[in-house]
Amino acid sequence: MSKILIRGARVLGGEAQDVLIDGETIAQVGTGLPADGATTVIEAEGRILLPGLVDLHTHLREPGREDSETVLTGTKAAAVGGFTAVHAMANTFPVADTAGVVEQVWRLGKESGYCDVQPVGAVTVGLEGKHLAELGAMHDSAAAVRVFSDDGKCVDDAVIMRRALEYVKAFDGVIAQHAQEPRLTEGAQMNEGIVSAELGLGGWPAVAEESIIARDVLLAAHVGSRVHICHLSTAGSVELVRWAKSKGWNVTAEVTPHHLLLTDELVRSYNPVYKVNPPLRTEADVRALREALADGTIDCVATDHAPHPHEDKDCEWAAAAMGMVGLETALSVVQETMVETGLLDWAGVADRMSFRPARIGRLDGHGRPVSAGEPANLTLVDPAYRGAVDPAGFASRSRNTPYEGRELPGRVTHTFLRGRATVVDGNLA
Amino acid sequence: MLRLPGAGPRTPGHLISAADLSRDEAVLILDTAEEMARVADRPIKKLPTLRGRTVVNLFFEDSTRTRISFEAAAKRLSADVINFSAKGSSVSKGESLKDTALTLEAMGADAVVIRHGASGAPYRLATSGWIDGVVVNAGDGTHEHPTQALLDAFTLRRRLVGADAGIGRDLDGRRVTIVGDVLHSRVARSNVLLLHTLGAHVTVVAPPTLVPIGVERWPCEVSYDLDRVLPESDAVMMLRVQRERMNAAFFPTEREYSRRYGLNGERMGRMPGKSIVMHPGPMNRGMEITAEVADSDRCTAVEQVANGVSIRMAVLYLLLGGNEPAVTHSRLNAEENK
Repeated sequence: MSKILIRGARVLGGEAQDVLIDGETIAQVGTGLPADGATTVIEAEGRILLPGLVDLHTHLREPGREDSETVLTGTKAAAVGGFTAVHAMANTFPVADTAGVVEQVWRLGKESGYCDVQPVGAVTVGLEGKHLAELGAMHDSAAAVRVFSDDGKCVDDAVIMRRALEYVKAFDGVIAQHAQEPRLTEGAQMNEGIVSAELGLGGWPAVAEESIIARDVLLAAHVGSRVHICHLSTAGSVELVRWAKSKGWNVTAEVTPHHLLLTDELVRSYNPVYKVNPPLRTEADVRALREALADGTIDCVATDHAPHPHEDKDCEWAAAAMGMVGLETALSVVQETMVETGLLDWAGVADRMSFRPARIGRLDGHGRPVSAGEPANLTLVDPAYRGAVDPAGFASRSRNTPYEGRELPGRVTHTFLRGRATVVDGNLA
Repeated sequence: MLRLPGAGPRTPGHLISAADLSRDEAVLILDTAEEMARVADRPIKKLPTLRGRTVVNLFFEDSTRTRISFEAAAKRLSADVINFSAKGSSVSKGESLKDTALTLEAMGADAVVIRHGASGAPYRLATSGWIDGVVVNAGDGTHEHPTQALLDAFTLRRRLVGADAGIGRDLDGRRVTIVGDVLHSRVARSNVLLLHTLGAHVTVVAPPTLVPIGVERWPCEVSYDLDRVLPESDAVMMLRVQRERMNAAFFPTEREYSRRYGLNGERMGRMPGKSIVMHPGPMNRGMEITAEVADSDRCTAVEQVANGVSIRMAVLYLLLGGNEPAVTHSRLNAEENK
């Protein structure tokens, strides 16, 4: 493999440095590094070099819904977004609740070559919340599953949740909970509040999320396990996680880019592109989420990339599917909401989008420092770029973005997966 | 113009939400409806105003009452009417709202009157670019039912101000109480918005379980106590309460609901002398209203049905027809076309 020299990039937003990639690893970090004739040089003055981004929450849809995304198209979208590893959620058809299915997804990821795919295993058989799936078998498989989630559905039975939390301790697993009390959200269409009252759409109250989080942090503390809260969306949830962390309990949490930027006011358009689960909340929630991500109460940003075919959004609100694509816009949204507001510096972005999610997922080779000897999983960002989001140019098979036409800052110019460029000058390599 | 703070975006040329109407626009509709009502008293009830125009009644939910009201209104204006009922059509086989809309567009619908179970479906239809025609919301989910609110306002003005005396006037200072399942009621939402725009003082009364979270931003008062509000009401509007709500624990039993929030003769007796009792129909006799009240002179339920045709004539006329006064203009044409 040839050498690549990234010249003059600000590593994690710090001083400009040169980074030399040799084969699959970072060979050298310094200034004035020489390049021989065989070395590809990337002039990166003004750009930010980050460790390859890691997503804890991605829906790749394969197997089963290849009309909306495949592992290949999803990992291409991930690479374009600067990701070098994604966790593929289990709500496929069939559900990823056996060693067979997680190994299939893992293998498809290997074959794609654009981004590492770490399958997430279902907690319960068929995501039905009744019987534990063979968590151990999934862990022992080639996919080496460590994160388990019934995402899309909540593990609402307290006993099943307790047992799952306990059981995965045997192999340092984590249960990633989709916190949604099902009875409180029957027929729920949007955040319950001022806007839902006017629009006459079924409310999804904050308490339906918060009550499950409260229960689960207590359960995790009781059995001494670690729990991860998916797509935390309310100010009250932030308070609960902050409290649990202050107790020293092993609780982590993620927030999606869209919950950092968008509010339920957008639902007034009845445009289903804004329909997502958990729903867009209020301005006060957005503020609390940003602050919590800044102070570390929320550990990481996770996309909840949820591709849907056009027809599932080109309809009336109630009939539309929930979810938004997010891989290709995540970093830009984080730059807009966290960096340009002064809440987080680029080192903070590296922490929340690479180091911490990799650590939560116990992912080897990702979320590592940018220093000599480390795997060359890297993302190069041009923070000065400004451009309107054009879904027609997405690598994802789906176009259900809430940001169409919206100007967002920053662009990933290069992504390197173990030294190999998956994205060059903003295009798939 | 009065609007609910942060109300939905306006949809010019359509009627989607009562919040879309300014005070003057609403009064114009009421005045026009008054003229239309007078047409109904003539030997020939038909005006040629919308001849050659096509009005489609697109009903995804069963509602014979509302559909025939719109149908009568369109026919009295000489429009061609197509009734498209989703029940038993391709819609129930999975055809989307979009494809249905494109089909209607291809047939050249000038106006689409839509009733849909999904809140926001008429707004989508009006703003999605699927069709060019005028969209009239005939009730969407638990969102709005603006023509119901208009006919209620029309009934209120006739009864409380007077048919002739009311022309050009709004409902300034009238006290209207809306009682029942406010949470699930599109009638309540549209009425709160429209009656507020027309200057009325609105109070909604319901058990707390049937009041939406977020109601504090509505331009109305909220009370849980019907008996306290009744003596101060010029009109009481009783909403239909579905018995099935009991199963979702919104209230314990039908009996308890009737006891606390139903209107019976004794309660009606505590209302001010000239006050009226309204009901959008169909009534659950014995639930929210007793037969004694429903059949009394103060109950305007049947009058509201008649007024519904006049209001819908006015709405179709104003959206599709013209800028000139309906009846003067129409009368001329009517003479010519004899």
